[in-house]
Amino acid sequence: MAGKTKEKKIVKTIKIDVDKCNGCRACEVICSAFHASPKYSSNNPARSRIRIIREPLRDIYVPVYAGEYTMAECAGRDKYTIDGKEYDECSFCRASCPSREEFKEPDSGLPLKCDMCEGEDEPLCVKWCLVDALTLEEREEEVEEQEEMEDLELGLESLADKFGMQTIMDTLARMSKDDKSK
Amino acid sequence: MRYAETGFNLEVDLTRGNIEKVATDPRDTALYLGGLGTNAKILWDRVGPEVTPFSPENLLIFSAGLLCGTPATGCNRTILSTISPQTELMAFSMMGGFWAPELKYAGYDKVVLRGKSEKLVYLWIHNDTVEIRDASHLAGKGSVETAEMIRQELKQPKAQVAAIGLAGENKVYYASVEQGRSSASRGGIGAVMGDKRVKAIAVRGTKDINLAEPEEFITLCNDVLAYIKHREDNPIKGVMTILQGLGSPQEMKVHDEKWHTENFMWGNSRTRRKGFWNEEIEEAWTDTLEGARTRLISCFNCPMKCGATISMPGLPTYMMKCFTKLTYTMAAYSDLDFGLRIAQRATEYGLDGFSTPQVMAFALELLEAGILKPDDFPGLPESNEDRFFYLLDMIVNREGIGDVLAKGTYWAAKEIGNGAEEYAHNTIKKHEQLPLKLSMLNPIYFLMYSVGEKINITQIEGQFPQAPFPKREHREKFCEDWIQVPHEKFKQYFIDWELRGDNSIPYYPTVEMTCDIVEWQEMMHYIDDALGQCAGLSSFPLKPPYHIHNYPKFISAGAGIDMDEEKLSDAAKRYRTLVRAVNIRRGLRREDDRPPENHWKKRFPELEEKLLDGYYQLKGWNKEGIPTKEALEKMGLGYVAEDFIGRGILTEDDTADVQTETQTQ
Repeated sequence: MAGKTKEKKIVKTIKIDVDKCNGCRACEVICSAFHASPKYSSNNPARSRIRIIREPLRDIYVPVYAGEYTMAECAGRDKYTIDGKEYDECSFCRASCPSREEFKEPDSGLPLKCDMCEGEDEPLCVKWCLVDALTLEEREEEVEEQEEMEDLELGLESLADKFGMQTIMDTLARMSKDDKSK
Repeated sequence: MRYAETGFNLEVDLTRGNIEKVATDPRDTALYLGGLGTNAKILWDRVGPEVTPFSPENLLIFSAGLLCGTPATGCNRTILSTISPQTELMAFSMMGGFWAPELKYAGYDKVVLRGKSEKLVYLWIHNDTVEIRDASHLAGKGSVETAEMIRQELKQPKAQVAAIGLAGENKVYYASVEQGRSSASRGGIGAVMGDKRVKAIAVRGTKDINLAEPEEFITLCNDVLAYIKHREDNPIKGVMTILQGLGSPQEMKVHDEKWHTENFMWGNSRTRRKGFWNEEIEEAWTDTLEGARTRLISCFNCPMKCGATISMPGLPTYMMKCFTKLTYTMAAYSDLDFGLRIAQRATEYGLDGFSTPQVMAFALELLEAGILKPDDFPGLPESNEDRFFYLLDMIVNREGIGDVLAKGTYWAAKEIGNGAEEYAHNTIKKHEQLPLKLSMLNPIYFLMYSVGEKINITQIEGQFPQAPFPKREHREKFCEDWIQVPHEKFKQYFIDWELRGDNSIPYYPTVEMTCDIVEWQEMMHYIDDALGQCAGLSSFPLKPPYHIHNYPKFISAGAGIDMDEEKLSDAAKRYRTLVRAVNIRRGLRREDDRPPENHWKKRFPELEEKLLDGYYQLKGWNKEGIPTKEALEKMGLGYVAEDFIGRGILTEDDTADVQTETQTQ
């Protein structure tokens, strides 16, 4: 990390109020629709980059939006008791992680990550959350300069973790050969 | 590609244990849309009038609406259709919740159950994998309990489960199908599910639902969301609180129950308790609800919070919505604490919150009147509250007198005899109604009660104010932003409606106006029930975000069906008529189209006949309430006319064959 400079930057975050969440999953619906290709052409909450960790009978409603991909799950996960309700540590975790099905493309298993709905005034989950469990917060932070990974790079990295870099490169070589011979 | 719908139904033959994935005909979607519409078509085609509710040939259809699973806000209803054991007519109860969208994401529009399983089973639908699984370990379990157990044993926390409780297993005629915070309660659909020996259907889906014109569709959705916000900020003035906003009546939110407790009837729909509500009661009931209610909750993709999670001290948590909050309380002349406690047990048993309390109050009235004897109630507790718990268990277990009461007030009274019929006074078409008894006949409500084949007023009424505002200027003000009217004439109908004088009920609105108003209200409900849209954002409240002017656009952009207002009205009329046709073939006639005799004190027989005549005429039905050949052919239902003529229900010249009609009764 040496050599990277710190600079001030406006950071967009989604502020989550679990007490206001009504568990309706509108956020999942519009997120998956926005990220469909072409835009809005389909929707499928299983592709959404925001999920409500939801257990109605235990009154657990935690909207979580996808963060970084991780290749390994944490060891010895903790439990938190808040207001008498017991939560798994994972309930608040934003990672696309081998321990759970959240934040993975249902077909490929590739990781999903929130991009704050680039190009829109605000993330659409925030816009569609009429009960204000999700609100947009912009704050100035000192952050280390870091290059954001694109979707493709993120996907490739997870594939490399899963199959090994050599296998990926071999497969790509074979696929491009197959493609040319068509 | 199919848009909005998946284009596939699951056909499950429970007798043989066979499961098939069947492609549906897109032409049926264009004609009958989906949900209720295509359910009615299937029942017409495959369930003849000779099929009794508990025969293997009866079908039980779980259908997602056409637009369920799309981003359309509040479009989440499952429409269940079958032949009701109680009315012996077509039942079509709906439930919100999360089940229908999940079914769509799994790749299916409907699950059609036929035959009967030998042992208790449940169905597990996981995308392309569908299994009939043993449910013997779930026998007798509560509906909420069952859903949790299934999710755990499948290790599928995101599976949505629709389940019956013991009431359904034991074929109580008013058993419900429960699903999370919602239920399909009316018409005894849970009893048919129990008869088929299906304890539950669990579903999990991770596939896409496609839209025909994506940008256009999302714009429509955003407009609806903006309108919901507008309506939340601008409650309607001049109507009682529960009618001011959107959603189902916000029973889980409000504490002020003066209106319900003083205007609805207590006991077996008997006693009006004017002056009941006071500060002390308000305080006690507020404490009860505040203490029990953990959270206000919603159905899939909807910002309205019509339901609540309820945890009564010492009892398992359950979820509730709407007026079940008060039905047990009022039937037992008790308080809210009792009401929320017994509703917990009733929810686990899987029972309709309208019929059940009334049946129990009816039984206690019969005991008081000496028609039922103390011997019929061995070990009956002293207090009213304990008696209700006692009766609930007797009914659900079908023990002793409970076995008879399990058939509802109409059939129980018939079986008990000895004057018991007088006490089964609050039914329409053999089905218990909301406990309301009023003074002056209201022509709009008379028609809705009489001809509404959902047989439940809250799923028929809406859109048009229930009563005029006292001042003309207020009525005019109301009309200023009334964009939902299908035609400007409705505004004039309302503006001219007075509380007293010539332009007041029962003769105003006139027969013609009344028929128009009823047709509009009914049409919107029928559209909702085909699309899977919750009535709470559409046909039920005043000035809803969905209406006849934006619905065609939703259907065009969503499902890719070329739609306009006229075509949509025609489609709704087509499958509304098909529901009628299913029932006509089962013997329904004009004499069945009537409200409970004592619903209003002041009745107007001549006017009532004119209202029925007017409505039948508007619908293209003859004097007996049978759709005519000409009307049927015009709607593309020539096959119904042919069937009617073949059976002698209609003659070639369209007049009802009275001879045949009396024979079928």
